[in-house]
Amino acid sequence: MSITIEELVENFELLGDWEERYGYLIELGKKLPGLPEAEKTEANRVHGCQAMVWMKMMPSTTKPGAFIILADSDAFIVRGLIAVLQLIFNDRTPEEILKADAKAHLLKLGLDRHLSPTRKNGLFAMVERIKVLAQEKLVAAN
Amino acid sequence: MTATATSPAPSKPATPDWAALRADFPILNEVVNGNPLIYFDNGATSQKPKQVLAAIQNYYEHENANVHRGIHELSNRATEAYENARQRTAQFLNARDKSEIIFTRGTTEGINLVAATWALDHLKPGATILISELEHHSNLVPWQMVAKRTGAKLAYIPVTGDEGTLDLNRLDRMAADGVKILSITHISNSMGVVNPVAEICSKARAQGVVTVIDAAQSAGHLPIDVQAIGCDFLAFSSHKICGPTGMGVLYGRKEVLKDLSPYQGGGEMISKVEYFNTVYNVPPHRFEAGTPHIAGAVGLHAALDYLDAIGRDRIFAHDQELAEYAAAKLSEFKGIRIFGPKQGRAGLVSFVFSNAHALDIATMVDQKGVALRAGHHCNQPLMAKLGVPATLRASFYFYNTKAEVDRFIEILHKVQKLFL
Repeated sequence: MSITIEELVENFELLGDWEERYGYLIELGKKLPGLPEAEKTEANRVHGCQAMVWMKMMPSTTKPGAFIILADSDAFIVRGLIAVLQLIFNDRTPEEILKADAKAHLLKLGLDRHLSPTRKNGLFAMVERIKVLAQEKLVAAN
Repeated sequence: MTATATSPAPSKPATPDWAALRADFPILNEVVNGNPLIYFDNGATSQKPKQVLAAIQNYYEHENANVHRGIHELSNRATEAYENARQRTAQFLNARDKSEIIFTRGTTEGINLVAATWALDHLKPGATILISELEHHSNLVPWQMVAKRTGAKLAYIPVTGDEGTLDLNRLDRMAADGVKILSITHISNSMGVVNPVAEICSKARAQGVVTVIDAAQSAGHLPIDVQAIGCDFLAFSSHKICGPTGMGVLYGRKEVLKDLSPYQGGGEMISKVEYFNTVYNVPPHRFEAGTPHIAGAVGLHAALDYLDAIGRDRIFAHDQELAEYAAAKLSEFKGIRIFGPKQGRAGLVSFVFSNAHALDIATMVDQKGVALRAGHHCNQPLMAKLGVPATLRASFYFYNTKAEVDRFIEILHKVQKLFL
């Protein structure tokens, strides 16, 4: 996606209601590249989500020392949420990922208030996994 | 279809005024996400009529005290209200005696009670516990737990396919397979299959097998006669049939309850306590340690009166008609897979779309005010067998209407387009 998280927040605000916002998340979800079937392994599973989620972290091809998140889900809205998390975390160093305040961004999107408790748990389970993967990269680099 | 073990319907006036009944449920007027609520999650819990709410309010305003203990007037009123609810429940199930009615927290506790008492008393290594592949986790996990503790084996009656019907051939060789107890659902919460429980219990009885019926989806939805079914135990929840949450019923045939070990220890379940010995109370009190959910029993009583004033045979016919109507409309969607029997389904429809996750659909229809269940329905092994991570379920009750189904179908057509 060629937009920033700030632009996404603006787009979100322009959308009238949550029906449209979910529609937007579904569109983002449809465009998400996802993971090849062979990568949808138990090791890459993120537990704590109602839908199936798989996630891994790879070196950025454009920014040395930085990483990107590759993830997939069987549900479109969850794929859309993955796209949002990518805007927050992609092309950042492990130190930056660990410091990033994902909750502040999600707060601006209103996702913290509108998502159901189970879905929110799933979203924060993904954020938690991103932090764990960043920590692993940090340890591996030192 | 014929509902199994149907007691003769008492004569009642012409068709109930279903629209007028809706007025008894204030919550049905709620606006959800800017749209009128369409509540199709009755399999999870039902809504409560004003009559039930008023009975609970009245109990706390005029009768509240502890039961079976006091000498004073309020305690007498509370005891009478609680025991009247037991008598009413016995009548609701056509039990022979109110001592066969044990009050619990719900279906789950009822099944756990049987597992913790009868099963621990009787199961030895090599014995078999037979359940079906349809069972809700609440009629599966307690048996796994008791199997581990006793060394008994757990065996399953297989489901034959998407229709969710059971292969009952297995029932003819229960004695040879060492089956001691059979626990089975009356109506499947995810498939809507109505199991022929009277026939199943008859085969079990002939082979000396004790039977437990999970009536969570059937009590309050169709007439239930425990004598006609011929089961040893039957459990249901109040909250699924217009009563309060935290309240349930376990029916136990008195010959089976007579010598059963207690469940939990405490007040109420004793007749004499010494420092190193206790003489237990008689059933049903032996199985009701501690202060019970008295207001829950009062609310349940009001719910049973409410349902019987409509007629459970009529409720079943109404819910079935809606489910069949919804299933027919749903079958017109491209890429849909509908579960449950082609004919004679209970009042619910489970389905999945090939191009969208159940959670996506449920989220989007919720934006239009429709409450659907999406998930594994506490049927994880069954979902795994069917090869779906989750399904959508629309489950109906007597206050739902064809107009709501039409509106739901219209919404679903719009929502489904988002995923093309």
